[in-house]
Amino acid sequence: MNREPGMSLIVKTVTRLTVGTILLYGIYIVLHGHLSPGGGFAGGVIIALSLVHLMLAFGKDVALKKISMSAAETLEDFGAIMFITIAFLGLAGGYFFLHIYGTGQPFKLLSAHMVLLSNIGIACKVGGGLFLVLVAIIAAGNGRKK
Amino acid sequence: MATIDINLLLIVMIVGAVIAVQIRDMLSCIVAIGLVGLAQSLAFLILKAPDLAIVQLVVEILTLVVLLRATIKRGEIEAEQRRDYFSEVLAVALCVLILVFAYPVIKMLPEFGYPAMTIGKEYIAQGLEKTGAANLVSAIILDFRAYDTLGEAVVLFTAVCGALVVLRKVGRKKPGGAGAEE
Repeated sequence: MNREPGMSLIVKTVTRLTVGTILLYGIYIVLHGHLSPGGGFAGGVIIALSLVHLMLAFGKDVALKKISMSAAETLEDFGAIMFITIAFLGLAGGYFFLHIYGTGQPFKLLSAHMVLLSNIGIACKVGGGLFLVLVAIIAAGNGRKK
Repeated sequence: MATIDINLLLIVMIVGAVIAVQIRDMLSCIVAIGLVGLAQSLAFLILKAPDLAIVQLVVEILTLVVLLRATIKRGEIEAEQRRDYFSEVLAVALCVLILVFAYPVIKMLPEFGYPAMTIGKEYIAQGLEKTGAANLVSAIILDFRAYDTLGEAVVLFTAVCGALVVLRKVGRKKPGGAGAEE
């Protein structure tokens, strides 16, 4: 067992270089979900994976210092509420999930506003939720090992 | 060309699944499951579904991390080898029987992707104009079929809540007294 939590120095150094890139790639996948393959779910999982990457390399406490458990809970709830709000705003135009936000110009980043906003909401929800599950499972595993 | 690749990938997936079931070592079993998922992702890519391929790949990685943590932290677990020949033979026989009966139907299926279904035609024709999304898959799952996505989101939300509730007692522990009152 190491003195410090987490993996060896090599893993930590490589993680320091890669974790930001992975997080950025996840955000890119989310924001371009309506233009290129990907979308809210895949991007959210990649965001959660970057945080898990940090947690596996440096230990649980370092990752929880970056984003605490209550912050992840807030992120998940924010995503869920955002998605359901988009759905309910459609009621203003007549029925649930009606597209009332305008389409914008196709192939631009700020187009298909409903799809873009839903992608962001789902990504928040999936990223926060899966990170929470991973934290809970790893904490339970550590407790059981003792 | 593409069909050869698909067949190769299918053989790899079947071999990986058989290894995952039969092998005794848990770690090798998890690696075999990962092989199946990776081949599945490549198959999606060859069948021109890059959205699914990305999701399959990242979810596979996440599942692998979860399984590895769950296995390693529990110590060395070896699957007990209790062979039940009757149920194995029965399973294989049933598979063969279903294949025999399904073969005429499979031969009658139209070619992959042609012709487009009635609803699909509508989406393909009007998707870009109505939603403005260049990625038609996103347009369908978040606009035309947003109800399904809402259901999926609810499922995930419930799963996360359930996992947190089940694992909460250990998860909420203060770092200072970790494992002290176990």
